[in-house]
Amino acid sequence: MTLDALNLMPILPEIILLVLACSILLIDVFMRAGSRDVTYWLTQVSLVVIFVAVLSGMSMDQRLSFEGSVINDGLSDVMKLAMILMTSMAFALSRSYLKDRDIHKGEYYILGLFGLLGMMIMVSAYSLLLIYLGLELMSLAMYAMVAIHRDDIRSSEAAMKYFVLGALASGLLLYGMSLLYGITGSLDIAVIRQAVLGGEIPKIALLLAMLFMLTGLVFKLGAAPFHMWLPDVYDGAPTAVTLYISAAPKIAALAILMRLFGDGLIGILADWQMLMIVFAVASLFIGNVVAIAQTSFKRMLAYSTVSHVGFILLGVLAGTADGFSAALFYVLSYGLMSLGGFGIITYLASRGIEADQLDDLKGLNDRSPWMAFILLILMFSMAGIPFTLGFWAKLAVLQAVVEIDLVWLAIYAVVMSVIGAFYYLRVLKMAYFDKPLITGMPVRSLDMRWVLNGTGIAILILGLFPAGLVALCAQVF
Amino acid sequence: MSFIKLLFLVFASSAVLSAFMMVTTRNTVYAALYLVLTFFSTALTWLLLEAEFLSIVLILVYVGAVMVLFLFVVMMLDVNTAATREGFVRFLPLGAGVAIIMMLEMSLVLGPKLFGLDVYPAPVPKAADYSNTEAIGSVLYTVYVYPFEIAAVILLVAMVAAIMLTLRRRPETKYQDAAAQAKVRREDRVRMVKMESETRVADIAKQGDGA
Amino acid sequence: MAEFLSPLLNLFPEGLRELILILIQIMLVVMPLVIAVAYTTYAERKVIGYMQVRIGPNRVGPIGLFQPFADVFKLMFKEIIIPSAANKFIFFTAPVIILFAALVAWAVVPFDDGWVIADVNAGLLYVLAVGAAGVYGVILAGWASNSKYALLGGLRSAAHKIAYELAMGFALVGVLMASQSLNLQDIVRAQSGSVLHWYWLPLLPMFVVYFISGVAETNRAPFDIAEGESEIVAGFHVEYSGMGFVLFMLAEYASMILISALTAIMFLGGWLSPFQGTFLEAAFAWIPGIIWMFAKIAVLLFLFIWFRATFPRYRYDQIMRLGWKVLIPVTLVWIVVEGVAVYFKLGPWFA
Repeated sequence: MTLDALNLMPILPEIILLVLACSILLIDVFMRAGSRDVTYWLTQVSLVVIFVAVLSGMSMDQRLSFEGSVINDGLSDVMKLAMILMTSMAFALSRSYLKDRDIHKGEYYILGLFGLLGMMIMVSAYSLLLIYLGLELMSLAMYAMVAIHRDDIRSSEAAMKYFVLGALASGLLLYGMSLLYGITGSLDIAVIRQAVLGGEIPKIALLLAMLFMLTGLVFKLGAAPFHMWLPDVYDGAPTAVTLYISAAPKIAALAILMRLFGDGLIGILADWQMLMIVFAVASLFIGNVVAIAQTSFKRMLAYSTVSHVGFILLGVLAGTADGFSAALFYVLSYGLMSLGGFGIITYLASRGIEADQLDDLKGLNDRSPWMAFILLILMFSMAGIPFTLGFWAKLAVLQAVVEIDLVWLAIYAVVMSVIGAFYYLRVLKMAYFDKPLITGMPVRSLDMRWVLNGTGIAILILGLFPAGLVALCAQVF
Repeated sequence: MSFIKLLFLVFASSAVLSAFMMVTTRNTVYAALYLVLTFFSTALTWLLLEAEFLSIVLILVYVGAVMVLFLFVVMMLDVNTAATREGFVRFLPLGAGVAIIMMLEMSLVLGPKLFGLDVYPAPVPKAADYSNTEAIGSVLYTVYVYPFEIAAVILLVAMVAAIMLTLRRRPETKYQDAAAQAKVRREDRVRMVKMESETRVADIAKQGDGA
Repeated sequence: MAEFLSPLLNLFPEGLRELILILIQIMLVVMPLVIAVAYTTYAERKVIGYMQVRIGPNRVGPIGLFQPFADVFKLMFKEIIIPSAANKFIFFTAPVIILFAALVAWAVVPFDDGWVIADVNAGLLYVLAVGAAGVYGVILAGWASNSKYALLGGLRSAAHKIAYELAMGFALVGVLMASQSLNLQDIVRAQSGSVLHWYWLPLLPMFVVYFISGVAETNRAPFDIAEGESEIVAGFHVEYSGMGFVLFMLAEYASMILISALTAIMFLGGWLSPFQGTFLEAAFAWIPGIIWMFAKIAVLLFLFIWFRATFPRYRYDQIMRLGWKVLIPVTLVWIVVEGVAVYFKLGPWFA
């Protein structure tokens, strides 16, 4: 085989992204300090370019390339499009926040683009090697982004925690992967799948490999009982970065969860299903109950992320096509809601006001009825009030769980969501019925207003007419 | 027991022993040096596997570059060893428990039953002119070119991140701008002034006399 | 060599013969090397002396020829002083490590066609790896002395060696690309043809970078900030006396000779005659290759000495700038140029 024989077309979007990211890096270095807006707009343009590149090559068929180590299918294409969109939205929502804190650096966008590259590699990875490399690329970019506000001690602490625990999780994942490689003799998931289904492999080694990989991945996802880092990191990082790391990376993590477990290790479904049930139950409990006690809006959203991760795991653990499409639907809607939630914080946070406490939301209706309305949509959707996007997502996941005869788990999840609804609704009570502590609204740029309003409206419309998105998610499996 | 096997036992036990010493020693510089020894022993075991390229690169990169920088940092640190040992006894049972479970699990899996010679037969020794380096190079740039390039991007991101987090231009420090120094022309520094040569008073007087 | 020594070898039992043979080969390289080190120090003092319009050593023996031995004996009988707060084990190990690194690399250096202790496939990598291990001697000596000057010297050395090792490695990548081999003998053979076939011409930037990095790697002037006697007394070996100091000196000069030998092998055609391919080739065919090799080493060693007499010492930041911002980019650019040349099989070097 020679280099000329390689078909580079399947990874064309990744190549374009890499070239554009490197060019922006160079342009940014030679730019004067005051003109970071140019970097921002260049970044948005490149995101549009790769969006088009992915869209033009989109197809629901499964296409393997690079000797079976890269996969392009409906799942990877839909996920890539969603991740590009969410990254672009995250950038739009965070520019003014960064400017107000004097950390509007070009590296925020550049690292964001490299992180996106890692995510894109992850979602079309079909070998252990690529999964790991993509994950590391994404994680490394995110560690650095969390630390971007270097003079803020909480940001540095969050970055340190994130880095150390993330490295530990990578180690666990890598250990499991090396065991899996040792017992199956291949890095390719297709081969591993056949080997596991063949049943020739000693069960105990396989289980140990699975345990390490699952622990590592769940650690990265932030499911309980490995969630301890998540609230600290989400809370300590600048909100602009929290925005970025809370949305698109979850999609990529779901992708490798599905590829590794839903595809490669489907032969031992019963074993990892049991473990995931434990993780999901713990996440739903901790996420919903601990969130009640929070006084910080940002921290509350972080705990709500833990509970949402629990729901995503519920979809994956079903191990059926319905379950996977439910999990995909859930993660897409979660991404939108999380962007909206943290987006409101960056919208309200002006110079000197962090706006990340629940008290800061008091009387939002008096300050800006429209903002309060968007908050209303978001909170209703996150709580899963009927006929909102979050409701359909939860419903799909619960259906998948009921289908595999785990009715008790579905009931438990419903009970936990009802408990969770309390703290979402408390936010609305504060916004609508309390007296404002701060008056006036910060003036925001057009792109930021559009994106935030668009997110709210999208969640509203998708909640009323979810059929299209549901059908898309069902089609890819 | 063949000579190769003896060598393997020596290198392997030295690797394990120095790894253990690295973790347990109190002196941070010693710990770094034990890590170097671990790398060295590992490299030598790889050499026994006829993986000479990887073995030498391990020494070149980890021993020659990474650990030197590590030592650089460690030597400048003033580590309070008493503070790092605080709570050692309290966490010992938990740590030891986890370690023992891990050991049991590993021995369960990595034993000869799953990874013995009957499962993984010893590789056939290659001919003397077989170049390990060439073999690695030819797959690295064809089959594994994609992961290889991604690894390069990871390093680039690490570099961008490191520069972003540490580059701080202080206005009060004085920099030497080598480019500006090289660009200096004579005209920037020296002004050539054409002047009439001065004449002495006596000469003027003399001229006056002559005229 | 085995046939030549067979009567001697037959005295030993079968199993030991190979080991004895290797030991003899090692002695054949190391003993002349030590003598060469001694006379390099002498040559350095003489040459610098004349460059500074002095005579240099001229008391011990005719024109001072026995001066190196006098120095060695003086140092051997000096008291070894151990600083009271030093880490004794590392303090004594450090000079051994540095000497070890300076000597081990000679195992793969060919002096003539087939005249090499170990004909290793990955010889080039081996040389780099062993050179990398040598840094530890300097750093550890600096740390174990428990002295501010020594520690500063060690730290300076750690930083600058890493910078120049990279440039050196990239320069060697150029050689590797041109010769398509990592074996030092094959590299020399690939250069045969004429003086113009030697790699100094197609790889001129690499040659310059390699030699500059080599000077830096051996801590020689103008890169001797690790010693920097005007700033940090004598840097990393300030606390060493007697034999410890001798070992450092031995290692420094041995690695100078090593760098010269490697430069000769990789860029100046090793043992090949400079008259190859000209009408004079037959006339000089009687000279064995090793003589040419020694002549090239001697010329390069003279350059080392010349540099020391000529250039003022670089400041630390200037060294870093030169390494990272000049030498490494130069090698990177030339690797690309060379890649194109190799791809299009540009003759006569890359055909």
